[in-house]
Amino acid sequence: MQFFVDNFDLLKDAFLQTLSLSLLAGLLALVLGTLLAAMRVSPIAPLRWLATFYVETFRNTPLTVVFFFMIFGLPQIDFVIDFFTGAVLSVGLYTAAFVCEALRSGINAVAAGQVEAARAVGLTFGQTLREIVLPQAFRTVVPPLGNVWIAMVKNTSIAAGFSVTELSAVLPRLVNADAGDLTLVLVGVVAGYLIITLPSAFAVHRLERRVAILR
Amino acid sequence: MTRPNGEPLVRLSGVNKWFGELHVLQDIELSIDRGEVVVVIGPSGSGKSTLCRTINRLEPIDSGDITIDGKRLPEEGKDLARLRSDVGMVFQSFNLFAHKTILENVTLGPIKVRGQSKADAEKRARELLERVGVSAQADKYPAQLSGGQQQRVAIARALAMDPKVMLFDEPTSALDPEMINEVLDVMTALARDGMTMVVVTHEMGFARRAANRVVFMDGGRIVETAEPENFFTNPQSERAQDFLSKILNH
Ligand SMILES: Nc1ncnc2c1ncn2[C@@H]1O[C@H](COP(=O)(O)OP(=O)(O)OP(=O)(O)O)[C@@H](O)[C@H]1O
Ligand SMILES: [Mg+2]
Repeated sequence: MQFFVDNFDLLKDAFLQTLSLSLLAGLLALVLGTLLAAMRVSPIAPLRWLATFYVETFRNTPLTVVFFFMIFGLPQIDFVIDFFTGAVLSVGLYTAAFVCEALRSGINAVAAGQVEAARAVGLTFGQTLREIVLPQAFRTVVPPLGNVWIAMVKNTSIAAGFSVTELSAVLPRLVNADAGDLTLVLVGVVAGYLIITLPSAFAVHRLERRVAILR
Repeated sequence: MTRPNGEPLVRLSGVNKWFGELHVLQDIELSIDRGEVVVVIGPSGSGKSTLCRTINRLEPIDSGDITIDGKRLPEEGKDLARLRSDVGMVFQSFNLFAHKTILENVTLGPIKVRGQSKADAEKRARELLERVGVSAQADKYPAQLSGGQQQRVAIARALAMDPKVMLFDEPTSALDPEMINEVLDVMTALARDGMTMVVVTHEMGFARRAANRVVFMDGGRIVETAEPENFFTNPQSERAQDFLSKILNH
């Protein structure tokens, strides 16, 4: 127990690091993912191709490889970023592809008739997207977006391998502890993740009920 | 009823459209005067909806010309959006915005497209909802309304843009029979007030009451054009006779 207490600060720092990494990457993924989804349904073909290329690239690349590129690849072309920024970019850019796909399925679920009605009223493509399609798409995709978020929080652990002080990175620093202590710390790490993901799952559930559209 | 005089508000000339191999609109010639009410009738698949939808370019055409108030329909973009706002459209399936209240459904266009203030748009929207008889539902969501009420809201939504012409694509065919008349009454009143209307419908009562002309389509062509009474009692073309005998004996 003493061992756990001694290392509590380390655990706490790692927890906060994970939390801020998740929040920043999540924000990046949400903004970029929305933009990509808008591009994927846009009437302008090159925008659609670009977004499709992006999504397919990131969806089919392991996150570890994305990390590898950010942390070791970019410095090769004289583009050095610190580890934390690299981690935010890696996780954010990667997750954006999944946000885009979740949103796109939501967009496709918005009745085509409403889109026609919006166009018939004289709304432009952008206005139709902002006023009619996206607000409804976001509502239908609250559950899948929640899953993307939780997967992303767990994915931040990959940052550990690239030495960002992150919850999982605490573990190797504690190897010279005895088995009982280690178990305790492991439990602490798991608890750290759960502190982020469980309330998220709960919030998603609540949100889902609040925003459900009457049909 | 006689045709009101004046220059044509809507003119289609030499309009052709294909869906792949299917020639849905064939050499369509049609001009519609200001204040005129034209009912489009014809068998399923004859191209009535497509015709309606080309008039605000929800469907682009392959050849020919469509003008509204003397102006050719612009290509996709801001100009087209502006033109569409002058052409009201009412769909068979209402297509109200599910996440917005009835009031918001009606004010959205005036605020976003016309740049009206929220207060002005709401004032006008309430007047229109009153006019179509659903003012009590202003704060509800579409799903809370009956089909007939939703369709009347859809009409109010289109009217809120002060359109030059209104297109109706089978506005009552998704409705329960007891709700059909409440919608037709609103449309009849609109026609009386001088609105220019193109109405795809099989409601002969409405055609007789409110239309200046009936346009009969079959196989992508306009086969016959006549005054309603003449059309229903004395159709000239064989195909119209055949079609009418089917719907009358139904
Ligand atoms: N988007 C489309 N792509 C391909 N074919 C289409 C499309 N829309 C309509 N069609 C076809 O074009 C023809 C005319 O369709 P349209 O909807 O204009 O007929 P309609 O007269 O309105 O029929 P209904 O009375 O059934 O509504 C039909 O054969 C239809 O299957
Ligand atoms: Mg039709």
